[in-house]
Parts: sequence; structure tokens; C-alpha cells
Amino acid sequence: MSEPPVGHLLDAGLLGEPVAAGRQGTAEYVLEAIDLRKRYGHNEVLRGVTFGVHRGDVKAVLGPSGSGKSTMLRCLALLEPVDAGEVRLEGRRIGVRESGGRLVSLPERVLAKERSEIGMVFQRFNLFPHLTALGNVMIGLTEVRGRSKADAREIAQTMIARVGLAERASFYLGELSGGQQQRVAIARALVMNPKVMLFDEPTSALDPELVGEVLAVMEELAREGMTMVVVTHEVGFAKRVADRVIMMDGGAIIEDAPPAEFFGNPQHERTRKFLEAVH
Amino acid sequence: MDFKPSVFFEALTSPAFIDGVRITILLTVVAMAFGLALGLVVALLRASPWAPLRAVAWGYIWVFRAIPALVWLLFVWDALPQLVPAFKGDWFSAFAAATIALAMNEAAYAAEVFRGGLLSIDEGQRLAARALGMPPSRVFTKVIAPQLIRVTIPPLSNDFITMLKLTSLASVISLQELLARTQTLVASTFRFVEYFSAAAIYYLVLVSIFMVIQAQLERRFVWISRQTAGTSALSRVRQLTALR
Repeated sequence: MSEPPVGHLLDAGLLGEPVAAGRQGTAEYVLEAIDLRKRYGHNEVLRGVTFGVHRGDVKAVLGPSGSGKSTMLRCLALLEPVDAGEVRLEGRRIGVRESGGRLVSLPERVLAKERSEIGMVFQRFNLFPHLTALGNVMIGLTEVRGRSKADAREIAQTMIARVGLAERASFYLGELSGGQQQRVAIARALVMNPKVMLFDEPTSALDPELVGEVLAVMEELAREGMTMVVVTHEVGFAKRVADRVIMMDGGAIIEDAPPAEFFGNPQHERTRKFLEAVH
Repeated sequence: MDFKPSVFFEALTSPAFIDGVRITILLTVVAMAFGLALGLVVALLRASPWAPLRAVAWGYIWVFRAIPALVWLLFVWDALPQLVPAFKGDWFSAFAAATIALAMNEAAYAAEVFRGGLLSIDEGQRLAARALGMPPSRVFTKVIAPQLIRVTIPPLSNDFITMLKLTSLASVISLQELLARTQTLVASTFRFVEYFSAAAIYYLVLVSIFMVIQAQLERRFVWISRQTAGTSALSRVRQLTALR
């Protein structure tokens, strides 16, 4: 089945101004991680992760499984609290507030608001099975943004068409292929008009022939200037699309370079070995 | 064989009998509603991050699954007013006692059904809802609850049928439900076969009606689109397999 073309994903006319647009452009990075640390029991998963993503940049994150990539993404999306370190969105520290000279985690209700500014796409799609494709894209608009059903339906319908799934809007996820499900999941995150999109191995759970259609949507997003952090095993995607590539190992970033440098002349022995293994 | 059809049909249609059926249905529905509500609370407590709350919920399930429903019913009806003066009032009817006892009994079982249901929902669902920015209450009502209802319909329907039959225990505290009415009529006529058969028929019919309702409910929670849903189950299966 040939897929309709995708395009015109970021549309201020459709999605409105980005949330809290006033703060735009005042900080060097849209998203910044400063010395993130996280441990589960004795297992130190993140050992001081620091990096920043400029507006409109795509950061690809490579690394062996267990290197802390997914945990890092979840911490950035405020789905997991960090033990130490800062997450900054447009220069503003998020996830915590100061109380009596100490930093405390925000209550879940306030965290929810901050999360809505960050889009997250999961390896296993995590679509809601009780809703149609359209319903999945609408739910954030109605339940988080407070849009009316009619408004939400219109926006969601347009967005679903733009990821090439207009014909499938009324289907439930059991009736969609993996690639279609992931495109719905991307549309679900996009209609929230996030400042940054985080992708956690978005193509790893897909059959090889379905990877292309998802990468096409992501490449279009990158072209239109979305700020993205993409944890991936797709070396080709990282080479083509990323502005910088990060190598993670043992809970730390061991290399952070533009793709030409990263793939052409990796500085770290571990990176070289990893690239040999995945090629 | 001593079976008089005329007595049997008279029993089936007698106003006293039908009033007993009415009380049986009412008690089943009310006790089940309270039982499910309390059961959901207990299940959520069991999933609480705070250990004392988990312990309370665990204790509740432990106690109320261990005590036979009849023992607890008699305790509520006879012993509770001695323990707590508030239960000495006129409001504490046999119906109220039966509702409290059966609801508390049901809650222990429903809590375990809900807990199993919550465990069966993929963690990714909660994660995705939180990532979208939904506050905890919305995560539950808009994402978790619909999926929880779907997986718990079959086991809770079992509980509902059990509840319908457990209401007959209330005859021992003189609630005039179906069995109590039957026993009264039997005592004056000694027509055991006809009256007990008539009562059995009523239970059978009530359970059958409920089974139809259950099937309707389950159908509402089949998540497939109109395009895929054909007129017959077979065509639906065909279309689904063709999609794969």
C-alpha cells in the first residue's frame, strides 16, 4: 500500500502559538540537561549527563542498551524524577521548585502542566486502545488544553491527514499497522504544540518495511524546524538528519559531535567499537 | 410423582412471590453498587505508595474473604446494634443490614478483581497519558478506567451472579426476598416441589436476563471501527485476519 505524502506538520495557524511563547529565544538552548544523576538502588543509571539542544536542532542519541538513554529521556520528559541535576526548558528550570532554600519535586498536578510542553514518542507507541486514531490525537487537546470537542476534532483530523492517515482516522489501534500506530502517536504529541519532541527508539519495535514511513514523518518534522532529541539505532537517520550525535555509555555521554565528525572520526574507543558493531 | 402444575403456576404468578423477586433484584443491585465502589477504593489503596494504606487494604481483603457471608450477615444484623448504638435506630432494617453485609463481602472480592485489572493494563498507558500532560485524576478516568472496565466485566459479572444468589441468605434475617417468601408459602401448603421449583425458575430467569445484559456490555467494549465490524462475527474475524 502506498502511503500519502506527509508534510506541513508544524502549522501555527492550526496549532496556535507555542505554549508560553513569551519566553522564546531568551535562552541559548531550548532543552538543556545539566549534570543529571539517577540511580535505582545500587544501580547508577545516569552519572552526570550534560548537554543542550538549540532551537530547531535534532540531537541523535546512540548507545548500547542499558547505557541510560531511555532513562535520560524519561527524566527530560519529567516522567521520572532525577536524584540530582537540572532540566531546563527555554532556560527555565522545570520539575522542581524551591521551598525554604531546598529544592523539592513539584506535585504531580503541576508537573503535568510542564510535561504538556514536551512531546514524547515511545518505542511501543502506547496508543490508547479504547480510542480511535482520531480519539488518540484529540484526547490531549480536550483533556489537557481544554479545547472543545469540535475544535479538537478539526485540529486532530488535519494533523492525522498530515501524517498521511486521513483514511484511517476512525480505526482502532488493533486495525492499524505498527508504522501507522507510531505515526498516530507522533500526531498525538504534535497537536499539543510542544517546544521539543523526544523520541525513545521510535522505530525499534517496527517490522523493517515499516521503519521508512515513520522516519519520513520525523525527517519532515526536522525539516520544518522542530527541536528534537531522538534515541535511535538508525545510524542512517542520525547521519542524514541529526545536527549533533551523542554517544552514551554507562550512564554518561562519552561523545557529542556533529555527524560528520562523529561517524568519520570518533574520538572515543568505545564509540568506534559501537559503530563497528552496528554497521 | 406428586407434582401439581396448577400449584406450580400459581406460585410463579403469585403477588407475594413477585414482590419477593422485586426485593431480591433491588438488594442485588444496591449491594453490588456499594460493593463495587468500596472494592475500587480498597483496590486503589492496595496500589498506594504509602505502606500503612496498603496494609489496611490487605487486612480488609484478608478478613472479608475469610468470614463466611452468612456469619457476617448475622453479625451485622444481630451483633452490630449491640456494639454500636447508632444501629439500634429504626432505619436499620433487614434490607439495610443485608445491603451493608453483602456489599462489604463483595468489596473484598471486587478489590482483587480490580487489582488484577489494574495490573493487566500496560504501564505504557499511564506513561503516555502522563507524558501528554494529564493530571492524575484524568489519567485514571480517561485512560485507565475504560480499559479497567473492559477487563473486569467478565469476572465482575460472575460476582454479580454470585450476589444474586447470596441475597437468599438474607432470608435468615427475615428479609422478605424470594427465598423467604417461598419458605412462608411452603410452610402453609407443604407443596415443596412446586414452590422451590418456582423459586429456582425465577433465579434462572434473572441470571439469564443478566447474561444478556453482560453480552451487550461486552460488545460495547469491543474496540473496532464500524468499517471493520461486519454484520456477523465471522466476517469481522475475516476482515481482521486480512488486515494482518
